[in-house]
Amino acid sequence: MQTHKYDVVIVGAGGAGMRAALESSTRTRTAVLTKLYPTRSHTGAAQGGMCAALANVEEDNWEWHTFDTVKGGDYLVDQDAAEIMCREAIDAVIDLEKMGLPFNRTPEGKIDQRRFGGHTRNHGEAAVRRSCFAADRTGHMILQTLYQNCVKQGVEFFNEFYVLDLLMNTGADGVEHAAGVVAYELATGEIHVFQAKSVVFATGGTGKVFKTTSNAHTLTGDGMGVAFRRGIPLEDMEFFQFHPTGLAGLGILLSEAARGEGGILRNADGERFMERYAPTIKDLAPRDIVARSMANEVREGRGAGPNKDYVLLDLTHLEPAHIDAKLPDITEFARTYLGVEPYTEPVPVYPTAHYAMGGVPTNVETEVLRNNTDVVPGLYAAGEVACVSVHGSNRLGTNSLLDINVFGRRAGIAAAEYAANAAWVELPSNPASLVDGMVEGIRGRESGERVADLRRELQETMDRNVQVFRTEGSMKEALGVIDELKERYANVVVQDKGRRYNTDLLEAVELGFLIELAEVITLGALARKESRGGHFREDYEARDDVNFMRHTMAYRAPLAGEGFGAESALFADEVRLDYKPVTVTRYQPMERKY
Amino acid sequence: MTATVEAKTEGTEGKVGAVPTFTVTLRIARYDPEVDSEQHWESYQVTAHATDRVLDALHQIKWEQDGSLSFRRSCAHGVCGSDAMRINGKNRLACKTLIKDVNPDKPITVEPIKGLPVEKDLIVDMEPFFDAYREVMPFLITTGNEPTRERIQSQQDRDRFDDTTKCILCAACTTSCPVFWNDGQYFGPAAIVNAHRFIFDSRDEGGSQRLEVLNDKEGVWRCRTTFNCTDACPRGIQVTQAIQEVKRALLTSRF
Repeated sequence: MQTHKYDVVIVGAGGAGMRAALESSTRTRTAVLTKLYPTRSHTGAAQGGMCAALANVEEDNWEWHTFDTVKGGDYLVDQDAAEIMCREAIDAVIDLEKMGLPFNRTPEGKIDQRRFGGHTRNHGEAAVRRSCFAADRTGHMILQTLYQNCVKQGVEFFNEFYVLDLLMNTGADGVEHAAGVVAYELATGEIHVFQAKSVVFATGGTGKVFKTTSNAHTLTGDGMGVAFRRGIPLEDMEFFQFHPTGLAGLGILLSEAARGEGGILRNADGERFMERYAPTIKDLAPRDIVARSMANEVREGRGAGPNKDYVLLDLTHLEPAHIDAKLPDITEFARTYLGVEPYTEPVPVYPTAHYAMGGVPTNVETEVLRNNTDVVPGLYAAGEVACVSVHGSNRLGTNSLLDINVFGRRAGIAAAEYAANAAWVELPSNPASLVDGMVEGIRGRESGERVADLRRELQETMDRNVQVFRTEGSMKEALGVIDELKERYANVVVQDKGRRYNTDLLEAVELGFLIELAEVITLGALARKESRGGHFREDYEARDDVNFMRHTMAYRAPLAGEGFGAESALFADEVRLDYKPVTVTRYQPMERKY
Repeated sequence: MTATVEAKTEGTEGKVGAVPTFTVTLRIARYDPEVDSEQHWESYQVTAHATDRVLDALHQIKWEQDGSLSFRRSCAHGVCGSDAMRINGKNRLACKTLIKDVNPDKPITVEPIKGLPVEKDLIVDMEPFFDAYREVMPFLITTGNEPTRERIQSQQDRDRFDDTTKCILCAACTTSCPVFWNDGQYFGPAAIVNAHRFIFDSRDEGGSQRLEVLNDKEGVWRCRTTFNCTDACPRGIQVTQAIQEVKRALLTSRF
């Protein structure tokens, strides 16, 4: 075991983690831990753009952007947070440009902007050009630009370090503080304890809970799982976004920019069906509405293809030169993976699990909450792992790239400033015991079940039962499977018993997080007897503001750190649900029509 | 609800809409530093679908046959750059290579990329690669006061370096280069591509510093224009052309 001491430890090197690192590392001694290499992070897969009311091509202002974000999130958005995000969006884009990000340009040489789902002028009048972009690889350019600037600043990275535990201890004030993290080094199998005054979680999402997903294999909810096991609540986990246009059967993302540039969704009859569901903005309605409409077309027998199980994204009326200039990557995905030529043929698409609106609860300063009001001193979270909540029950397209930049920056500043004034909190005794017990428990098991079998069963039941359409019956079925998997997880076995690059072992650890988070998602969804944003109950089709305009807060009993051995139970017997009020500033809830 | 896609493979039988399957053999270069003194080959048979990529086959082996098979991967659709490897002797991303496109009638060979130390199976030490990348100062260098708003750049100037902004640092180009195999000190194509991305950016003022680095004896002049790098790039970057443009900039001091 090795120990390290840094003022600030940032966990995750995607957009939020690196944006935080750029602030923190200039102020104080900072380490960034990532399970990958920084440039492998899934921020790089984001395509369409980052919205900010620059008004470079038409009239716009950040208040309209705030309204769209609140309405897009079906009024579960904390409006103070949305206001901050949309106001700071403008500087966030300009900052990236100054760092070198190669945005597409207007004829005057300013940052170009295009339309995106749910973004409108003057509170819903018509679609507005608000998304700043670099072709259809905006996320790639953000990730590269942030990494380039980390290189420039000499940010210290620990690559391929898997953070598997959060250390907490009682400070001088008698309150539990963050004290550091425990990481497993992939290359050597060694365990590292990092003591820190501030810990920033920027670990991304948990899309691998589902089978059909746009998410990377590595998005297994580690940060959410680690925090939850240490007694930190998780907020609004039942709200998961299904992106409308995943490549059918594969889930690979085709950006909403395809529709922003004029692409049209059609059913088997060639009908532009979104005209029926969202007469004003049609194909550019928010993602939850489009995804549900597509699934409904398929359910009612109007799906395309031999099994009538997808719809078609039609770009054939666009000029090939326009497609090449604005959508080069995603048209290549269609060619590479489905053998479809988007110039001349419509592309088969179907909703794909894309984004967790919920996560570790924070306030607007990115401080993590231990309950509805109190923070955990020294603990911060930003990006998809966090729930501020700026996305409410449905995130608008482009607002995730915005979220990571605005709140990543805030987290880096807040964590560094806190560390500058805070005293060190002692590490708990035997700080590595939980990780050691967990890892050696799996490595030492001689026989049992395969990780892949359990994972497949989990993902299949989540796709079947907790996807776009949910009912009490479907979710109870999923919970039955999850309960069984929690027991069977105690018997998973890995073939690789080695120390070096043991990805077999880490997949088993990741599966533990997935099972735990699937349960939290499903329990929250079962208890929420209404339909709102990304959560749609066929048995409760209406939004219910009287009973459910509130955030779900899920809690479990924290794991005992010290003395955690190979035979200790990882999962909680019970997840307790509580609720937190939504912050409303200027927009009273109204019916959500587009 | 999960959608399936009509397979487009010709000559496959089966009921309409069923995805045809076939059996394929993979020959994989294995090396476990804790057990093996040298690399050896192992063969595995998997059942593949027409839409499966080599990465799917590797996963099938890892998840169903031999959990110790080690490789890097993340996004699985060609944008993160984790899974560059040598497939049938050519550098490719495993997640972007469809099995049906690499002649599945014969065994498909899979090896780690060449020229970087092998750590385990298909995993190599990426540090020397990233060291070369960092060496060329791959970040925007400017002087003077920053403007309050964005810098102005014409779309034409923006297009000048568009191609080299696509790089995902997968190392497929660098590890396909015979010069790099023989001389690990050579910066290699990827580092030069990333230098190009800034040298030809009208906003950047660090061009001459970078060119000085690249004029080094381990710099651009080692390139022998074999075009392996251009063939290997999974992002379709005209790598050799970018290197030529950097050479020309050195000769003419114009960029």
